[in-house]
Amino acid sequence: MRNILIVARKEIQEGLRNRWVLATTLLLAALALSLTFLGSAPTGNVGARALDVVIVSLSSLTIFLLPLIALLISHDAIVGEMERGTMLLLLSYPVARWQVLLGKFVGHLSILAFATLLGYGAAAGALIATGEIIDGESWMAFSSMIGSSILLGAAFIAVGYLVSALVRERGTAAGIAIGIWLVFVLIYDMALLGLLVVDQGQVLSGGLLNALLLLNPTDAYRLFNLTGSDNVSAFSGMAGVAQTTTLGPSVLLAALAAWALLPLGLAALAFSRREL
Amino acid sequence: MTGTVEIRNIVKRFGKVEAVRDVSFMLPEGETVALVGHNGAGKTTLMKLMLGLIRPTSGHIKVLGEDPAAGEFAARRRLGYLPENVSFNASLTGYETLAFYARLKREPAKSVATLLDRVGLTPAADRRVGTYSKGMRQRLGLAQALLGEPRVLLLDEPTTGLDPALRLSFYEIVEELRGRGATLLLSSHALTELEERAGRVIIMNHGIKVADGTLDELRRIARLPTRIRLKVTDAGLANVPNWLGPVDGWRQVNGHMVEIDAAPERKIEVLRRATDEGAPVEDLDVMPPTLDELYAHFLLSQETAR
Repeated sequence: MRNILIVARKEIQEGLRNRWVLATTLLLAALALSLTFLGSAPTGNVGARALDVVIVSLSSLTIFLLPLIALLISHDAIVGEMERGTMLLLLSYPVARWQVLLGKFVGHLSILAFATLLGYGAAAGALIATGEIIDGESWMAFSSMIGSSILLGAAFIAVGYLVSALVRERGTAAGIAIGIWLVFVLIYDMALLGLLVVDQGQVLSGGLLNALLLLNPTDAYRLFNLTGSDNVSAFSGMAGVAQTTTLGPSVLLAALAAWALLPLGLAALAFSRREL
Repeated sequence: MTGTVEIRNIVKRFGKVEAVRDVSFMLPEGETVALVGHNGAGKTTLMKLMLGLIRPTSGHIKVLGEDPAAGEFAARRRLGYLPENVSFNASLTGYETLAFYARLKREPAKSVATLLDRVGLTPAADRRVGTYSKGMRQRLGLAQALLGEPRVLLLDEPTTGLDPALRLSFYEIVEELRGRGATLLLSSHALTELEERAGRVIIMNHGIKVADGTLDELRRIARLPTRIRLKVTDAGLANVPNWLGPVDGWRQVNGHMVEIDAAPERKIEVLRRATDEGAPVEDLDVMPPTLDELYAHFLLSQETAR
């Protein structure tokens, strides 16, 4: 356990030093703040509860940005250190490979969590500063949005590690990471939509659709946040989906957690088998 | 007899390549051993095997009494390793880097400053490693290898890239550690790099151990001739066999020089004749076989045996 924390601490130290933490936090805060102020334009000031609007826009932002940031910091974790030769020295120390991997995971996830919390928190802070009154239900939805965003980040960090543990060169890892981002964030949904249109409800049952949605962590995240609370789903235009889908929040969260743990386990396995 | 490192009949294959073939040796306490061989002779592979970073295809390894690849880390805490071309994360400072490795070995934080001082990096301790020169990185590498009073030190090509002054202070540190009973294994691609500092030399070629012994023992086994160079007067030059006796393998160089390759048991005899009363010799040089010649001899003898 201590080894994991030692490695995690070093990752955070490096993240602070090479400005990863700063850059990510600033980027998320800047986008969150601009969405907060621009986002109130379409709804005006009538009726719509400000924080719920922010949740809708921020979770859409998360789906694009967090997987990208997570893959950027994780795809290099193993193959990069191997290529630079730092891994050889590290593994000659009394530390197991799975401890190295888990330590990196804790470190990278802390960086991401810190940036998300601070960046998105700035949006909520800005709303309070402008005198909005936010009720408890909105706060619940907001904090579960932040929590699930971090979980989504964890899933893509783990996927990045798996790629990093499997490939031989850093360039390959970067290419595959971009490919994974494209597939999960853009192509998967388009393909699914196309499939539904072509199928016209003939073959694809509700159960199969649910399964297909769980097979993509960004869809699980989207469903969790946009259908999680009635108010939010009304704004997001997802109310229809929310009524038809049978996937409860706990199933969606479990899917996200599985997306983090399974690749992490596989990455540990691949890493432990790798010859140096 | 037990040693801190025991290697028995180790074979390591990477796919079709046999990196190490049936190598056995033992490293006792308090000895400096040089592992010499060309690039790709299996030196680094042997070190990785001793560290437990890779597993042998067959054979047994024991380092400080345990199998290094078993996943037990008690032995690794007493082991120092300096990889060839050591590298560190460029964004951390020298102090932070060493502190990280000290924590992994459960060494107190105060040992970090002591070690930085010992390798002469104190003035640069708060600079980022990315700004370090090659020699400074190598010194930082040595400092991390010295963490925790290691009983076994594996140094892979430790002196490449060090300037002569640094090399000297490097060998001082190494000698001090050996005096305290540590086992030292230095690898090098040339025997001359080691400047006769190793008590024992193991020569590797194509994964096979071709020689193992002290430099004196190796010289004796190799039976390389000693080169004797005589400066001879004009008169003496005309009839060399007369005063030198029946010596084969002499030749005339640079006009007035006679060069003789004397086998070890003929050496004294040749010298006696050359310094005899009346011998037309003005000056004399004796050159024992160099380390390079010795090394080349063992590599060549193994190549022809294959």
